[in-house]
Amino acid sequence: MTPPPFAFTFDGRLVRAEPGQSVAAALIAAGHRSWRHTRAEGRPRGVFCGIGVCFDCLVTINGTPNHRACLAEVRPGDVVSTQEGAGRDDLAC
Amino acid sequence: MTTSPAERPGTRYDIAVLGAGPAGLAAAVAAAGQGAGTVLIDAGARPGGQYWRHREGDEGALHHGWGHFRRLRRGLSAHGADYRPGHCVWHVERTEAGFTVHATREGSPRTVRAKAVIVATGAYDRQLPFPGWTTPGVFTAGAVQALLKGHGVPAGRRIAVAGTGPFLLPVAAGLAEAGVRVVGVFEAGLPTAFGRHPLATLRNLPKLAEGAGYLGTLLRHRVPYRTRTTVVAAHGTATVTGATVARLDQRWRIVPGSTREIDCDTVAVGYGFTPQTEIPLQLGCAMRRDADGSLVARVDARQRASVDGVYVAGEACGVGGAQLSAVEGELAGLHAAYATTGSAPDRRRLAGLLRRRAAQRSFAAALHRAYPVPDGWQTWLERDTTVCRCEEVTAGAIREAVDDLGATDPRAVKLYARPGMGLCQGRVCGYATTCLVARATGRRPTADDLRGMATRPIAHPLTLGALAAGDDSGGDDSGGG
Ligand SMILES: Cc1cc2nc3c(=O)[nH]c(=O)nc-3n(C[C@H](O)[C@H](O)[C@H](O)COP(=O)(O)OP(=O)(O)OC[C@H]3O[C@@H](n4cnc5c(N)ncnc54)[C@H](O)[C@@H]3O)c2cc1C
Ligand code: FES
Repeated sequence: MTPPPFAFTFDGRLVRAEPGQSVAAALIAAGHRSWRHTRAEGRPRGVFCGIGVCFDCLVTINGTPNHRACLAEVRPGDVVSTQEGAGRDDLAC
Repeated sequence: MTTSPAERPGTRYDIAVLGAGPAGLAAAVAAAGQGAGTVLIDAGARPGGQYWRHREGDEGALHHGWGHFRRLRRGLSAHGADYRPGHCVWHVERTEAGFTVHATREGSPRTVRAKAVIVATGAYDRQLPFPGWTTPGVFTAGAVQALLKGHGVPAGRRIAVAGTGPFLLPVAAGLAEAGVRVVGVFEAGLPTAFGRHPLATLRNLPKLAEGAGYLGTLLRHRVPYRTRTTVVAAHGTATVTGATVARLDQRWRIVPGSTREIDCDTVAVGYGFTPQTEIPLQLGCAMRRDADGSLVARVDARQRASVDGVYVAGEACGVGGAQLSAVEGELAGLHAAYATTGSAPDRRRLAGLLRRRAAQRSFAAALHRAYPVPDGWQTWLERDTTVCRCEEVTAGAIREAVDDLGATDPRAVKLYARPGMGLCQGRVCGYATTCLVARATGRRPTADDLRGMATRPIAHPLTLGALAAGDDSGGDDSGGG
């Protein structure tokens, strides 16, 4: 039997998710297209490559920025919020 | 999965396989089947790579070759290979005794030691920039496929599928079958050239039948399929509200007067694939420019790279589809096992694999010739069109780096104008930047140009904390989970 759907929040609003979905997939299914603004021009971004390559889909999950929404599996009760910029201060690359 | 003795920190495996797609799975099963101590490391939560991407509990409804996948998955545990999902490999280091693979799992460092490594890291969609391609709602074709196959989510309601190559067909057919309105498949190329390679065609009839099946699905759902046509602009700010479609000449310049507006909320776009080659590059393996213009690792008949103990299989040594990846993986797995354990080669098995590899490689080469990417796409760009999505570098800024600052190769342009300096490290814009710079300096892109945009000492961005924590050999990685 497939486990039942559950809820998480995105910028304070409830969003439904199926078990095993990524944060990005659940947001797209709920009609959202973007959850980040670029650092230089403040442009909206969401999923582009869908497989963890492009880093367009960065999002803040439970207070921690820089999660790739296309890879992070969503969990019941997650608090997801829009991220400003690439927040790369603590990243090495 | 329980912790086997071989998994204890500090133990050395015979073989570490990097990537659990068709190539890596086949490699790990073949190697473990020969009695080699094998670990299979993959960034994803489940095995299968791009081709067999699936959700937990999904038993193959949308998949080709699912029986093959199940056999490989069973083979992994039957032969006692250790499988470590959720491990992002960021660096592979050569040591006196072999290799140390540095990875992170949920941000914490993990290291694995092995005598040999098999790199099976696959590829991702190759992109060409065009006005509006950063608008949310423009996705790579692979992203649209991954959302549908991996998560059961259609990327939009009215989708235009555009770009070039045979991969556009399964993407469009999958969407149509899921009940999504596909407003058109816009194939920039004119793939009739394929008919000129009768031998490759005959040896690969099943694959052609698969393609014909997708075309049949499109016909049934009344999805228009147009060749020498593509999406040259996407419109909208917060989300896609439409797109411009144009007919192209042989060199992919827009045919004057042929542009038209289409009503769509989503664009799925892909121009072939770019292999993930950072690990062979880190290890100093010899590279080459493949027939499709991609930088790939050079391999010999045994799938060996130029560096001792390094094998490369699947799309990282040349794009050619899942079946070819699996055959190369099996060959790499066998040869790595023979080399590390001293077991005797099975000549008949090898001969069969070599035959299949030759047939599939000739098919792949014919496809690459049938779907070239001529450089006329550069005329679709405006000066203010973004090329590097991460650092928001425009086509104009790249041009200025060449014309005004005197840069003559992509590496110099990268330093002056910053394309490829963002978090994706040039994965997305590397090919386009290389082509733009080459053309602006009046020449063709070389393997060296591509290498300038593809070299990444750290294959995955990681937190400074994880980097500082360094080696975990005293820590505990129970794997399996
Ligand atoms: C998004 C996408 C969807 C696709 N869908 C289809 C499809 O539906 N049908 C089709 O015929 N072809 C599809 N393809 C083409 C596909 O690339 C090949 O058919 C096939 O999957 C190639 O097999 P592979 O084993 O060489 O690589 P892949 O299947 O790409 O497997 C590579 C694996 O390596 C892992 N990996 C890469 N880098 C690292 C690292 N640094 N650390 C840890 N793990 C790493 C990846 O997570 C992945 O699991 C798709 C390609 C893409 C990019
Ligand atoms: S969409 Fe590209 S990394 Fe997530």
